[in-house]
Amino acid sequence: MERAYNISVFTENSIGILNRITIIFTRRHLNIESITASESEVKGVYRYTIVVNTSLDQVKKVVAQIEKQVEVLKAFFHTDDEVVHQEIALYKLSTEAFANGGAEKIVREHHARILTIEKDFTIVEKTGQPEELTVLFNDLSSIGVLEFVRSGRVAISKPMKTLEHYLEELEN
Amino acid sequence: MEKNIRGAEAVMRSLVAEKVDTLFGYPGGAIMPIYDALYDFKDQVNHILVRHEQGAIHAAQGYARTSGKVGVCFATSGPGATNLITGLADAMIDSTPVVCVTGQVASHLLGTDAFQETDVIGISMPVTKWNIQVTKAEDIAGAMAKAFYIAGSGRPGPVLVDITKDAQFGMTDFEYKPCEKIRSYSPKPTIQMNDLNAAVDLLNSAQKPFLVIGQGIILSGAEKELVAFAEKSGIPVASTLLGLGAFPTDHPLYVGYLGMHGNYAPNILTNECDVLLAIGMRFDDRVTGDVSRYAKQAKVIHFDIDAAELNKIIKADVAVLADAKEALVHLTESITPKKHENWLEEFRALEKIENESVVNEAKHPTSDKLKMAEVVNLLSEKTDGKAIIVTDVGQHQMITSRYYQYKGYRSNVTSGGLGTMGFSLPAAIGAKLGNPEKTVVAIIGDGGFQMTIQELGTILQAKVDVKILILNNNFLGMVRQWQQLFFDRRYSFTEIVNPNFTAIAKGYSIDALKITERSELDNGLDTLLNSTGAFLLEVVVEQEENVFPMIETGASVSEIRLN
Ligand SMILES: Cc1ncc(C[n+]2csc(CCOP(=O)(O)OP(=O)(O)O)c2C)c(N)n1
Ligand SMILES: [Mg+2]
Repeated sequence: MERAYNISVFTENSIGILNRITIIFTRRHLNIESITASESEVKGVYRYTIVVNTSLDQVKKVVAQIEKQVEVLKAFFHTDDEVVHQEIALYKLSTEAFANGGAEKIVREHHARILTIEKDFTIVEKTGQPEELTVLFNDLSSIGVLEFVRSGRVAISKPMKTLEHYLEELEN
Repeated sequence: MEKNIRGAEAVMRSLVAEKVDTLFGYPGGAIMPIYDALYDFKDQVNHILVRHEQGAIHAAQGYARTSGKVGVCFATSGPGATNLITGLADAMIDSTPVVCVTGQVASHLLGTDAFQETDVIGISMPVTKWNIQVTKAEDIAGAMAKAFYIAGSGRPGPVLVDITKDAQFGMTDFEYKPCEKIRSYSPKPTIQMNDLNAAVDLLNSAQKPFLVIGQGIILSGAEKELVAFAEKSGIPVASTLLGLGAFPTDHPLYVGYLGMHGNYAPNILTNECDVLLAIGMRFDDRVTGDVSRYAKQAKVIHFDIDAAELNKIIKADVAVLADAKEALVHLTESITPKKHENWLEEFRALEKIENESVVNEAKHPTSDKLKMAEVVNLLSEKTDGKAIIVTDVGQHQMITSRYYQYKGYRSNVTSGGLGTMGFSLPAAIGAKLGNPEKTVVAIIGDGGFQMTIQELGTILQAKVDVKILILNNNFLGMVRQWQQLFFDRRYSFTEIVNPNFTAIAKGYSIDALKITERSELDNGLDTLLNSTGAFLLEVVVEQEENVFPMIETGASVSEIRLN
């Protein structure tokens, strides 16, 4: 059965490692739904969150192949209910339409934030899960959304074992 | 520590520190500083000038696989580097330790489409275990140390180090520290004892245990430990294509070669055993046939050093992450001594059927035309199974793996995973340079020979004593066989018009002989084997011979056909 899996990968900070990871998906004809990368709580260790829709059997093999890469410290996968995850979206609207179109109500209802108001445009931000971001988009569409951008997912798993702990294991 | 030397010299000093005495390469603009440094190291490192970079990497592979050392090759940027790709892919899938050093355009030109710039890091990523681009002279020693460590440890594989021209010219102090640990890389697994004990329990209670071995035995140097384990446990042993040579083929417990063109008994009885113990093999589809009907009745125990191989193709009841040698030592300690005479009898009975319907006729045919199998069989007898045999890809390869009775360690070199035509000739050059005291025979088809025929020039220049045996059926035989069996004999572009092979060899000052008759075979092989220096023997064989037994695509191992 196919479902969404959240793959977390911890790597050394080296050129090309992202490419090494993504070609593992390409080779298996797997589409990456979203990918984000940034430094983790440990200096020099990078953390990737990759979301794919696939089977349990396939995700296990993919994670094993990722972990096999020389510069990968550790890789895990979790289902949606085993992680806390968020995305962030930015919505650009015309300030004029915004001011006249009942925007305040929408922003309040969605607990969204207004980041900036310029003469020509206003930017609204919302952090949440994909459905919430979409609902806000739909609501704002009545006013007219000029531009919309959404980040990839970041996810933290619920089970507790710290990165430090794994690094210690690897050092020994 | 060397003060203030060029990056190019640091490359050479790194190689010397890694005890590299032989390497294969081809120069060009972006690697010229390294070739210039090499000029001063000629007495320490034997550089073999190949005729094509594909030849360099296959030679490095042949050298590595027969010597157990890391093979090394040099190539220039752009086309030099891209010519390595086939060999990298081959080394990757067949777990061969190779370090390739490529020259690259100067770092300020990266990404500008400069002359002979190619993104070799990007291109080679899927076919290397690891690769790195070095843009500063002071980073060379560290990169080289990591390269050798990664290539040779764990499950071995190819590594590429791309060095920009300015890094080669740049000045640096040099101190070589071999790499011994990389935090994110664990090549030596610690065996989990409860897994091992679970395996021993299964084996001790088995009535029909079956041991299938692969190249992992050879890569971990576990040949002696394997014999000790087999003899104590009494378990019959079968081998994959790349495992050939890991276990003596004349051992009473040896029951044959597995897979598509393997032996009848081990394929059929794979689906009869109660415990299947796989060590250092990866259940390639050429071995398993239809996986959904592979050893379903058996408990499967799988030992491998690569965690990603465990449960990849076949779900194991007991999967153990381990080095083969260490695993075998533990297994031998804990296993209860047994004999499995009745079970072995089952193998012998099926072997008899294969002998009567295929093998006897193949070895001693009554046909007019010479057959590949009789040539290989006689070669095997004449060399007592102890030559290093380097095959190309096709019918002759399958016939050789069936009929050569491998007895020597690291005596089988063939392109298994990738099936690279053109592999044999250059790989044989590398094998000979790594084993000057051994007879090295390259067995090649008329098609594959023409894919790397230019390496005859390497043999000429470096005076490499390779015995070349061309089995000429005037066809791309293996493809023709499939056309005959599965495409209604529609021989679409498999008939091949060949040049005069002996004349070509002679053009390279390599003595050569062509034979067409059975009466000439004995003499022909003697001439080949007793020649001083390289020799080419062309044997004209039956054109439309098929390799049997055969497991058709989609069939189960137990459906192996005899004809
Ligand atoms: C580089 C490459 N191209 C194509 C193939 C497909 N192929 C596999 S066997 C074969 C025929 C080989 O012919 P030959 O070298 O004459 O050997 P034979 O089978 O006749 O013994 C071909 C074309 C291959 N394995 N490698
Ligand atoms: Mg042929």
